Amino acid sequence: MASYLLRRLGVSLLILLGASFLVYVLVSVSGDPLAEYRASNKPNKDQLMQQRTELLHLNVPVVGRYFIWLSGAVKCVIPGKCDLGKTISGQPVTDALASAIPSTLQLVTTAILLAIIIGVAIGIVTALRQYSGFDYSVTFVTFLFFSLPSFWVAVLLKEFGAIRFNDFLANPTISVATAVGLGLISGVLWALIIGGTWKRRGITFAIAAVASAAVVIYLGASQWFAYPGLGPVLVAVFGAAIAVGLTVLFAGLQNRRALYSSLIMVGLGIVAMYAVRPLLDRSSTNIWTIVVLGILAVGAGLLVGWLMGGYDRGQSMKAASLTSFLVAGLVLLDRYMISWPQYVSITNGRPIGTIGAATPNLQGDFWITGLDKFSHLVLPTIALLLISLASYTRYSRASMLEVMGQDYVRTARAKGLSERVVVTRHAFRNALIPLATVVAFDIGQLLGGAVITENVFSIRGMGQLFIQGLQRQDPNPVMGFFLVVGITAVAFNLIADLAYSALDPRVRVTA
Amino acid sequence: MSQQERLTDTLDSREVPEDLKGLSQSALVRKRFLGHTGAIVSLVVLAFVIVLAVTSVGFGGVWHGWWKYDWKETTTILNGGHPTLSLFPPSLGEHPFGQDSIGRDYFAMTMRGAQISLLVTVMVGLISGLVGVIVGSLSGFFRGITESILMRFTDIVIIIPLLLLGAVVAFNSKANVFVLGALLGLTAWTGMARLVRGDFLTLREREFVDAARLAGASNGRIIFKHILPNAIGVITVNTTLLMSSAILLETALSYLGMGVRPPDTSLGLLISENQSAFQTRPWLFWWPGLFIVVICLSINFIGDGLRDAFDPRQKKLVLKRVKEADYDPLLEATQASALPGAPLSEIVGPPVAAGGALTTVELEEGGRR
Repeated sequence: MASYLLRRLGVSLLILLGASFLVYVLVSVSGDPLAEYRASNKPNKDQLMQQRTELLHLNVPVVGRYFIWLSGAVKCVIPGKCDLGKTISGQPVTDALASAIPSTLQLVTTAILLAIIIGVAIGIVTALRQYSGFDYSVTFVTFLFFSLPSFWVAVLLKEFGAIRFNDFLANPTISVATAVGLGLISGVLWALIIGGTWKRRGITFAIAAVASAAVVIYLGASQWFAYPGLGPVLVAVFGAAIAVGLTVLFAGLQNRRALYSSLIMVGLGIVAMYAVRPLLDRSSTNIWTIVVLGILAVGAGLLVGWLMGGYDRGQSMKAASLTSFLVAGLVLLDRYMISWPQYVSITNGRPIGTIGAATPNLQGDFWITGLDKFSHLVLPTIALLLISLASYTRYSRASMLEVMGQDYVRTARAKGLSERVVVTRHAFRNALIPLATVVAFDIGQLLGGAVITENVFSIRGMGQLFIQGLQRQDPNPVMGFFLVVGITAVAFNLIADLAYSALDPRVRVTA
Repeated sequence: MSQQERLTDTLDSREVPEDLKGLSQSALVRKRFLGHTGAIVSLVVLAFVIVLAVTSVGFGGVWHGWWKYDWKETTTILNGGHPTLSLFPPSLGEHPFGQDSIGRDYFAMTMRGAQISLLVTVMVGLISGLVGVIVGSLSGFFRGITESILMRFTDIVIIIPLLLLGAVVAFNSKANVFVLGALLGLTAWTGMARLVRGDFLTLREREFVDAARLAGASNGRIIFKHILPNAIGVITVNTTLLMSSAILLETALSYLGMGVRPPDTSLGLLISENQSAFQTRPWLFWWPGLFIVVICLSINFIGDGLRDAFDPRQKKLVLKRVKEADYDPLLEATQASALPGAPLSEIVGPPVAAGGALTTVELEEGGRR
């Protein structure tokens, strides 16, 4: 194992060296950093060219320049000694990277986590209902998402999600036509999801269409879009749905103790909604307050599950703590919504941002800055999500189908296990193994940022650093970008292989 | 129950469709592909788009197509440049896709853009398919030092950002769209190489390769006549998928100003030039985007159809039947691998010609027994 690791690390180092040399040469071919001065007729043109030549060592041939860069880059092994050269405006590349990496991570992490969760969930459900109407529709939609150019989606989102939506928020009334349209769409969706015989689908369609249209009309009439909020009633409804759903997944509805402990957590959540409100309203509230409250919620769930326990405490504890955590999330969401009208007035009635990752010079408490971050990142996150969702759905569907045909699944059925246990315990866990590799690869690509999404929404992350370096014919930031992305990609490749052999004992790493 | 008995037993309990009996493997693949509605519809749509793009505005000044305007020509703006295309009653009108802000006919421009994007797509597909197959088959077949060198080289190419190559092309005045296609093709082959290598690694251990070698076949003959035909499924499917990602790549590069540059145009460049006019001239934004989506979607569906055609194993495994009847999924495996009782993990690619042609024969024999 150790020898395998050492060998892999050595090879990775060689690969990085080779690739960095190639990239350096390509960057030098891609543009002339002096071009902007050559064309200009400034009086001090020669002096400026001289300065830049010295800054970038342009008087040294490419190969020599590469080694100058490399000798600086090698020093990165020692903390604080890193020297990746300077940008043409004289800023050290390390500083530029230090400001770009966090904003990229902030953008991409949420998108990729959501894409994995939603994608895997959809993939599993479609696999379990292979060749149903739902499966076919989802397959078509995933193919469509696969085929969407990301810049097109981003520009569309900017137009409809920000500009038009802000216009709507200025006067949030919903016409009957809109409500009917939304109702029909939701009816079709629910009929597809629930499925069954045509009669059942018809009933589902009718109920869902009427209910959604009524909800939308009610929300419009009650000015919900201007003054949103969940209130105890909605928290109770959503909470109960979460409790039942999680109980079905973790314990099965026949395990009444698990169901009751989850429902107790919903009740406690509603009580907590009022109990912690003064705490949340204090101006000193920060992210740690939220984290501590979240941990408390999970702890309370575990405790209630343990007390309700019965023959299988673990199941009740799992269901109750997760319900508790999600209900706490609802309570938090409700608190954010209370600050929404204030945020809308701060932004002059145009809350959804399209430029950058935050409003410059924003004054406000924890809730306002949180909303600001949300309203700036929601659209780029959706853009990224839509595109990466498709591949996760396909992968998890294929993997789940493969697993469901295995002998051990049949054995599990044959020994009389319920379908829930077969799917969640036997099939689902094994279906995730091949996904681990895909996820590790994707995380390796994560720091590369979303060049196009960052470009459309003007977020100053890694992608912007890279593309601006290319556009300004500025070699050092491009190399800095490559170094960070190359190292993470190679490292996560290795992690993917190791994870696979750890998860699936049949796969051995060969030294 | 012995392996053989069990196999016979299960073979008897399932019916081989009457119309599939006695067909060659390529006939089977063709039949399955033609039965895939989505793929056939997509094929027709794609063919229509290609013919429309190539014939309407001609190609490269060699020949002027049937459309009355050229994509460079400026005309007087009619009706604010609104599209005149109407479906009821069907008519094209003067400018079916409208006109841009200086009065160029947008149909001609979109067609020219589609031509360029399709050209790059096909070039990337062919070049990277070819390089990928060569690298993959050499390293999979010879193994040892050849494999390590080629695969390490693949690893290097993987981490080179494609955007950089776009920049190399974009900032060199001499480089044109052919250079762009070639460069992208020379870097996009890595996935293909890995897949083909994987296929070769399993195929080279099979009996028919040993048999060929004993019969005195040279390495070249074994690779081209015996192994490659068996890997054709993986290669075809992945070339298709490569092309669908190539069109997205080309349009994205052009959108960022790193691919096709003015005065030439491409679908991505059209979107990039006109995105600020979304409020005033939305059609300038919709048409090129629609063409990208249609081209890419149809290529993806064709790829899906090909995959199902070459690899019936995935298609046949219907969960509902597994759940309801005593259906034997292992049989699918034995059928696909032509090796009774081979573990599922060994089956990487679908067997097609030479060695794989056994499958139908075996099924028939099994049925008679």
